[in-house]
Amino acid sequence: MSLLSENASHPDPLPARGEREERAKRGEEQRRQRALIYWTGFSVVLALLVVAPLVLPEFWRRFLTEILIWGLLAMSSDILIGFTGMVSFGHSAFFGLGMYGAAGALLSVEPPDLWLAILYGLVAAAAVAGFVAYFSTRLRDIYFAITTLIFSQIFYVVIFTWTEVTGGENGLTFRRPPLAIPGLFSTPFTSVTMHWFVVAVVTLSYLVLRRITQSPFGMVLQSIRENESRTRAIGYPIERYKIVAVMLSGLFAGLAGVLYAVQNQFAAPDFVFFLVSGETVIYNVIGGIGTLVGPIVGAAFFLLLREGLSRFFTEYYLIPVGLIFIAMVIFMPQGLLGFMRRWLNE
Amino acid sequence: MDFLHTIPFDQLLIQTINGIVTGMILALVASGLTLIFGIMDVVNFAHGELFMLGAYVGVIVLAATGNFWVALVSASLIIALLGAAIYLTTLRPLLGRDPLTTILATFGVSLVLQNYALWQFGPVARKIAEPFTGHFSLFYLDYPWYRLVIALLSAAIIGALWLFLKFGTYGIWIRATTQDRVMAQAMGIPVPWVLTVVFAIGAGMAGASGVLFGPLAGVNPTMGLDWILKAFIVVVVGGMGNLTGSIAAAIFISLLEAYAALWVSPAQAVIVSFVALILTLLFRPTGLFATAPK
Repeated sequence: MSLLSENASHPDPLPARGEREERAKRGEEQRRQRALIYWTGFSVVLALLVVAPLVLPEFWRRFLTEILIWGLLAMSSDILIGFTGMVSFGHSAFFGLGMYGAAGALLSVEPPDLWLAILYGLVAAAAVAGFVAYFSTRLRDIYFAITTLIFSQIFYVVIFTWTEVTGGENGLTFRRPPLAIPGLFSTPFTSVTMHWFVVAVVTLSYLVLRRITQSPFGMVLQSIRENESRTRAIGYPIERYKIVAVMLSGLFAGLAGVLYAVQNQFAAPDFVFFLVSGETVIYNVIGGIGTLVGPIVGAAFFLLLREGLSRFFTEYYLIPVGLIFIAMVIFMPQGLLGFMRRWLNE
Repeated sequence: MDFLHTIPFDQLLIQTINGIVTGMILALVASGLTLIFGIMDVVNFAHGELFMLGAYVGVIVLAATGNFWVALVSASLIIALLGAAIYLTTLRPLLGRDPLTTILATFGVSLVLQNYALWQFGPVARKIAEPFTGHFSLFYLDYPWYRLVIALLSAAIIGALWLFLKFGTYGIWIRATTQDRVMAQAMGIPVPWVLTVVFAIGAGMAGASGVLFGPLAGVNPTMGLDWILKAFIVVVVGGMGNLTGSIAAAIFISLLEAYAALWVSPAQAVIVSFVALILTLLFRPTGLFATAPK
């Protein structure tokens, strides 16, 4: 059983040959039309995101950039929650290690280099993800969720107490690297170019993840979600698939961490704490798991809700947010975008 | 093993006693958690928050009545009622769905409760006065009797739970529901009631342990987080849903941390229990104290 089970609709009884061809043609046409709508929608949203920083005031510009970064984190976790049926409560570890990896690169190499920061962050996140995956994929369902949670706390404690290297409670601060392509150009980040850079990274990640979920590999993951023992029986080494899925997910979570570190110019242990993982799961559930864009919408919804509610409830905004979250788990398990899941994944 | 000689025997003994005392409180928390999981497949993320609220109810009742024992009993009862209310409003609608949804729902509950406590009681730690202040001398230390009483009380509560499950009518119903929910229903056991009562008992145990722990350290809104993590480790190391395993694991983990605290700071001593968890997952994934592999 998983959070998300598609009830395969039973195929109609085999129709006559002529009608079959007719149907195939109609289906082809429909598919093409839906693809057209999908890519039009995709381009419109992308265009809006690109134009947005030019018209929005500074506060909302930064806000939108943050939504996209948290959205990328949530999207990475959707690979596990929505597509493989494993709920990870440990994504803060991957996100945080991405942050500290980037911090390491930016503090140790002079002048600070953006691509090196990304490389260090991804390597750190992937290493941690590999470690976590090796142990936690032995367990299923709730056990997996709890184990990932505890693993992320291990990294939290290590980072929190290893003051000489990680700066302990205070974290690390560093300068923001310039946006540069070696040999071509180098320009310091402004909030507008930062936003565009984040839009580019998140869009590319979305397209890559979407391609992966539609690949044979992604199909095996979805098959693990639907029926693990049957997938094993067919002959797929599901442990290896799961480990790769966790590492892939951790890699993109680490990328989100690097972006967040570059945007805010610090790395802090708070971001490794498991509440960040919990929020990641909340984004997924609110937005709709198994849709990839749903988690981004969930992040946007959550952050806007927090922004709006914190004006009335100050720092206790999590009380109404928690209540809304519980209501959504009970009454709207598909999330905001759940109704268009099939269409988005086609 | 040169480093062993640097630790005097008396410190080792004191840490053993400390470990057993915290271990018994942890066992009380974890057995509520494991009871709830074993019987209704609910992972109660809000368990730490029930522990924390129990401690706060203890603080309030103690301030009003001045009697620790009244505070202990009323905190258990109030938290048990709160648990029943949480079960009826958020968990019953999820019955029959994936157990993972219960983690999500109770995570939401824990956010609400934790921030409610922050709002209502503020971030400053409160203190529960010890019910009696007697000491006995243990080497160079005046060791408070209260700590030993906590360990005994926790053991008594767990023992009572065990007797109740073994011999009480309700206990037998509960065990029947664990084995086969549908069949129990068919035999006329009011299963929905049984589930509510189980959740209330688990919650009440968390509330009681909150009050018992109160005098040892301050009561603050985030204390639940530490305990839920520890309880999760214990429950995984002991084997999910395995009551005896959880109790053994609670004492084992607490002793490990107490001994580790001789060499490193308490914050780093937590890593030892993480290592114990990893080793358990590697070699005995069904739990260190599982009697038969599933």
